[in-house]
Amino acid sequence: MRALTLRRLLLQCSILVVILFVVVVIALKFGAVPVSLYALGRDLLRLILGQSSQISSDYGLIVMNIRLPRILLGIIVGASLAVAGTSFQALLRNPLADPYVLGVSMGASLGSILALIAEPHLSISPALAALLTPLGAFLGAGATIAAVYFLGRREGQIDSATLLLGGVIISSFLSAIIMFLMNTLSGNLRGLSFWLMGDLSTPLQKSAYWFLGIGFLLAAGAIYTTAADLNLLLSGEKEAMHLGVDVPRVRLVVYVAASLLTGLAVSVSGAIGYVGLIVPHAIRFIFGSDHRTLLPTAALGGAIALVFADTLARTIVAPTEVSVGAVTAVVGAPLFIYLLRRRLS
Amino acid sequence: MSVEQVSYAYSANPAQAPLFTLEATSFQAGPGEIVAILGPNASGKSTLLKLIAGALAPLSGRILLNGFVTHSLTPRTRAQRIAVVQQESPLLFPARAWEFVLQGRHSHRPSLRFESEDDVIIAKNALSQVGAADLSDRWMDQISGGEKQRVILARALAQQPLLLLLDEPTLHLDIAAQIGLLDALRRLAAENRYTVVVVTHELNLAAEYADQVVLMQRGRCLRVGPPVSIYQRELLEQVFQTPLSVDLGSSGRPRVTVLSGT
Repeated sequence: MRALTLRRLLLQCSILVVILFVVVVIALKFGAVPVSLYALGRDLLRLILGQSSQISSDYGLIVMNIRLPRILLGIIVGASLAVAGTSFQALLRNPLADPYVLGVSMGASLGSILALIAEPHLSISPALAALLTPLGAFLGAGATIAAVYFLGRREGQIDSATLLLGGVIISSFLSAIIMFLMNTLSGNLRGLSFWLMGDLSTPLQKSAYWFLGIGFLLAAGAIYTTAADLNLLLSGEKEAMHLGVDVPRVRLVVYVAASLLTGLAVSVSGAIGYVGLIVPHAIRFIFGSDHRTLLPTAALGGAIALVFADTLARTIVAPTEVSVGAVTAVVGAPLFIYLLRRRLS
Repeated sequence: MSVEQVSYAYSANPAQAPLFTLEATSFQAGPGEIVAILGPNASGKSTLLKLIAGALAPLSGRILLNGFVTHSLTPRTRAQRIAVVQQESPLLFPARAWEFVLQGRHSHRPSLRFESEDDVIIAKNALSQVGAADLSDRWMDQISGGEKQRVILARALAQQPLLLLLDEPTLHLDIAAQIGLLDALRRLAAENRYTVVVVTHELNLAAEYADQVVLMQRGRCLRVGPPVSIYQRELLEQVFQTPLSVDLGSSGRPRVTVLSGT
């Protein structure tokens, strides 16, 4: 018997932080414009010391003003999707659950688009208007997961196959509406592929990174307070209740927070799939399935995976780029099939 | 533990007549006592067990455990006092037996705290109390049905409850595993002063192990008492709709023999 300790959790996290650092350095170095490690180190140091005005070379500016914010976005979005996926898997008792597979990301995309369409017609201050897209994404995500949940529930039990099928159908229905909206309403909305596949190339204002970061910490923190309850929910809702879990409260907290995470991620990066599916599985395989360690390690793993996938997306066909959503789907979909087959056998 | 005039009604929709009703039921059980709830299918056994567990709120009446109404306790407090052993749903991700037993400590610790040394010791003791200390490091999906039922019982013991509820614990077990489990249960009830309530279809095992029997039929509690007073041929034949004979077994407890083809 070796019970879980805080020390073990911190050890696991520090290993992943080191890996994340390495991946970030790789992501800063590689791209359409190569940069030497020396120049990279020098410019990073200047940035940390607050002497960003001394970053002189064009290359340095590219790295610090374009690549670094994009990596930051990848970290937040990857962590959000991985935590959302982990939560959905525990709550729905389905190891194949993922915000994209369940259609939740599409719901968030549609919510964002509707918010963007509505925005010019509402007379609200620019600060509030900036919040409209993430709010729309959150509501879209929340409504979709509620719909999928009710579709998948039969006689008080969640039926795994119906749930996934429901998610797939809802997803294709929502993407059809997105295509319809995009084709009929031309305007300065971001492109169709962004909402259906997702990428990290859109630069954001500085305040948006703070908004995303704080939103992530609040929502992921709320989910983490239920980590021990989620462990018990894996044995079923009834068992969990008899072991002392306030099931309705946990369900509500995790649904709202996971929808929020999905909504935040999708409102800035579109629907990037499979990160929420692959990462929790990989982390479970390495560190075990206790949510008290799984949630933070999956968050770090999601950050690593998405930053790495985005580096691939930027470099494999340089100087053009592919959507990072295409990269994650190419890796994720076969893995999904593998997990599905293993589960059926 | 005392069940006082408890009734319940299931209905798909409040406007319609209930699909199933449990009529006012009362009985008491003290520490160290084993109560068996018997009755044919759909007689209300499991409903009664859910009411006692606090999972359902009674329509009228109340269930007291040490003076507290069970269903108005928070899930956490309830789990510190009442442990439920039921047919287990399969685990989503593999777990080892000791991890599974540690789940019983959930309600005793703040939710963000990791398991303490004490929790680990309590879980270990629970496993050895059911004779499953050697299973500790085995995976839950790789042990036999009898072994699994013991580990599930150990998890309930780790809750350190006052009241232990079991829903058909001997289902799917071979006879040796059944006796092993029930012997362990009797010993534990005596040692730890648990009140044990078991729902079962096994008439002879109930007669052998129960101090008190609650006989149910179609949502009604027909009779409560020690096995000798309940195990009467006419009564059991009428309740179970099966010809049978009752005599005294070599243990001095009643024994039921089913008469087929008569």
